[in-house]
Amino acid sequence: MANVRLDKVTKQFGAHTAVRDLSLDIADGEFFVLLGPTGAGKTTILRLIAGLDKPTAGRIVLGGEDMSDWTVAQRDVALVFQYYSLYPRYTVRQNLEFPLKSKVHSYSRAEIDERIERASKILRISHLLERKTDRLSGGEMQRVAIGRAIVREPRVFLMDEPLSNLDAKLREALRAELKDLQMKLGGTFLFVTHDQIEAMSMGDKVGVLNDGQIAQVGTPQEIYNRPRDTFVATFVGSPAMNLVPGDLAGGKVTAIDGKLVVPVNGHAGSAQAGGVTLGFRSEDIRVGPDEATEAVVHDVENHGVEQIVTLRIGGHLVKATVPANVPVTVESKVRFGVDAAKVHCFDAKTGVNLTAG
Amino acid sequence: MAEIVLRDVEKFFGENYVIRKLNLTIQNKEFVVLLGPSGCGKTTTLRAIAGLEEIDRGDILIDGKAVQNLPAGDRDIAFVFQLFALYPHLTAYENIAFPLRATGESRSQIDGQVRAVAKAIQIEHLLSRRPSQLSGGDMQRIAIGRALVRRPKAMLMDEPIGALDAKLREEMRTELKRLHLENDSTTVYVTHDQVEAMSLADRIAIMNEGVLQQVGSPTEVYRHPANLFVAQFIGSPVMNVTKASVQTSGAVASVVVGEGDGSFGFPSELPQKMAAASHGQGDFMLGIRPEGVLVSRQQAPGYVPVEAHIIEPLGAYDIVDLKVGRQFIRARTASGYVGKPGETVYARLDESQTHFFHPATGESLNISFGGA
Ligand SMILES: Nc1ncnc2c1ncn2[C@@H]1O[C@H](COP(=O)(O)OP(=O)(O)OP(=O)(O)O)[C@@H](O)[C@H]1O
Ligand SMILES: Nc1ncnc2c1ncn2[C@@H]1O[C@H](COP(=O)(O)OP(=O)(O)OP(=O)(O)O)[C@@H](O)[C@H]1O
Ligand SMILES: [Mg+2]
Ligand SMILES: [Mg+2]
Repeated sequence: MANVRLDKVTKQFGAHTAVRDLSLDIADGEFFVLLGPTGAGKTTILRLIAGLDKPTAGRIVLGGEDMSDWTVAQRDVALVFQYYSLYPRYTVRQNLEFPLKSKVHSYSRAEIDERIERASKILRISHLLERKTDRLSGGEMQRVAIGRAIVREPRVFLMDEPLSNLDAKLREALRAELKDLQMKLGGTFLFVTHDQIEAMSMGDKVGVLNDGQIAQVGTPQEIYNRPRDTFVATFVGSPAMNLVPGDLAGGKVTAIDGKLVVPVNGHAGSAQAGGVTLGFRSEDIRVGPDEATEAVVHDVENHGVEQIVTLRIGGHLVKATVPANVPVTVESKVRFGVDAAKVHCFDAKTGVNLTAG
Repeated sequence: MAEIVLRDVEKFFGENYVIRKLNLTIQNKEFVVLLGPSGCGKTTTLRAIAGLEEIDRGDILIDGKAVQNLPAGDRDIAFVFQLFALYPHLTAYENIAFPLRATGESRSQIDGQVRAVAKAIQIEHLLSRRPSQLSGGDMQRIAIGRALVRRPKAMLMDEPIGALDAKLREEMRTELKRLHLENDSTTVYVTHDQVEAMSLADRIAIMNEGVLQQVGSPTEVYRHPANLFVAQFIGSPVMNVTKASVQTSGAVASVVVGEGDGSFGFPSELPQKMAAASHGQGDFMLGIRPEGVLVSRQQAPGYVPVEAHIIEPLGAYDIVDLKVGRQFIRARTASGYVGKPGETVYARLDESQTHFFHPATGESLNISFGGA
């Protein structure tokens, strides 16, 4: 196992810069989750580490050694692709055997069988071992692709949205299994996901990527509770954090045409008065008859356990999480307030969080 | 604009019995979401409707006409594949325009349609790129664009937005809903994302191992799952399920979970309700979602002491594993509500959110206590 370091890495495709002067440290044995919008450069980063692409500038260091000139095989990393690439004319078993037949390591027959058995049990594909891979469902293929990585003990596991095609229940189970496997092997994982719950529950560290650059690195809690700027604030968490323009003066923010007034704490309290962006998450809104601000219910989206209610205040829309058993009807009047301890205050121009400091 | 009827549809792959006597009617303009575990037959069902897979028995009717022997090209159905196949040698623009080639429309008409769709799904800036120069999410949106561009009678979509980030998915969800309302296309949509299912579907159809389990509105399947399978499939984190029995002493009823692992108070009508469901005092399977397990830090009437075992903070809320005897029951609490693992807290099962299932068949006993 090994730590991974990206040192001022840039990758250009023609005129397009996919990764921009990016530095990143992933500790040995760490479960590092990479989050970011489509096109942010996540797959590109994995491909650079795996050696499938060469950086335009910068170094990639693995276990202390610069591996810029190493071949894919020498790097000894396992990559699970976003769009799984299996050998279609071969069975699942054969697909799982290939990675064990490398020249770097040799395994006995018994060991190969044991590893295949262990991986297929973890992934719930034991019953499919003798099936050719072009006769599998999408989620089954995806699991075989993961299997090809976890039959080995590579220096680093790189996984590009490996669970995206699986149902919630299986996903929950495999999340736990992968995390378990990582703890057992002490493996270094770089894991790309679009799923915030996945990032929160699996990651030791989360790196949020935006347009080829790191926007923030931190524990899942730090990222969620203390987003560095409006990009991280609105990207992490669903529904996205509400942002409304406001004015800061005397430790208070006045927003939504004076209809919402919230005291702000932390560094923002002493920040210079002026225009700010006020941020608050949907779950930090209370809806009830005694709250200060009046709104009209604009839309209701049913999420089972809760409903996401879009509130309209003049020309502003704000999303609130309301328990499923609270009756709300579209176009009716309600009152709401926000939890002052949970609001964020961002610089109106730069988007930097003034609350988190 | 089409009604799709599946009548006793069966499909085998060799020995593998993949679709079992499937009966499902998708009404004109309806948006039906197909949900089910990996390998349960969702893609096969869509492929059968599209005509990409022959069925072994049964009928598929589109607007009352049996089409099972009609080639795919004559069914006027658009398909967004799970593993979207874009033409690698064509640009994004050409990929989207491709289905319009044979329509005989003028170049400027086609151009207008392609650009309108590209705008709706936010890919105008990518139109001149080839698939190899696109990220995964971009390719997925282009595949959707290609299906939307020709306004077909029916749309079949196999996890079309699964690989997009949450924010874009939220936007695409709204966009797909709007496009559906505008185009009036009957839509069958496969997804693994429950939020997507709950918010897009008129009705959700849940399959397991080729067998249809329940069809109903999102609220119905969430609040009144027909059996244990549906109960545990819908909702994340998964519904707690444990063996349980009823105990009465005088006018007080309680539910004992596991092998006497813990006892929770219930309304005194419980025994009558059990009897009315002709289930007497026997064991049953109790199901309760984490949000139905109410947690208090202080002692309160009806709450019993339990130990907080693991606390999993998920941002908007925490999931807390409560130790009840040798059992674990997961509860959903406000984030940071329970301080630390090992703490004693108090828990109650909200009767209005408790589900009762037959211990052998797993079918719902249809017992409920009003409220939610
Ligand atoms: N071979 C290439 N030629 C030109 N541009 C490319 C190439 N590969 C990727 N890009 C561009 O580089 C950017 C980053 O792509 P990448 O695949 O790393 O994104 P991603 O973060 O993995 O996105 P997604 O979540 O959609 O998979 C995108 O704008 C993409 O269009
Ligand atoms: N060509 C084939 N030959 C044999 N079996 C097949 C073939 N295609 C699919 N199967 C099997 O049929 C079953 C249903 O497959 P299908 O692709 O419909 O599943 P699915 O519900 O779409 O799953 P997923 O969510 O994983 O995509 C699976 O058990 C699969 O292994
Ligand atoms: Mg990618
Ligand atoms: Mg499928």
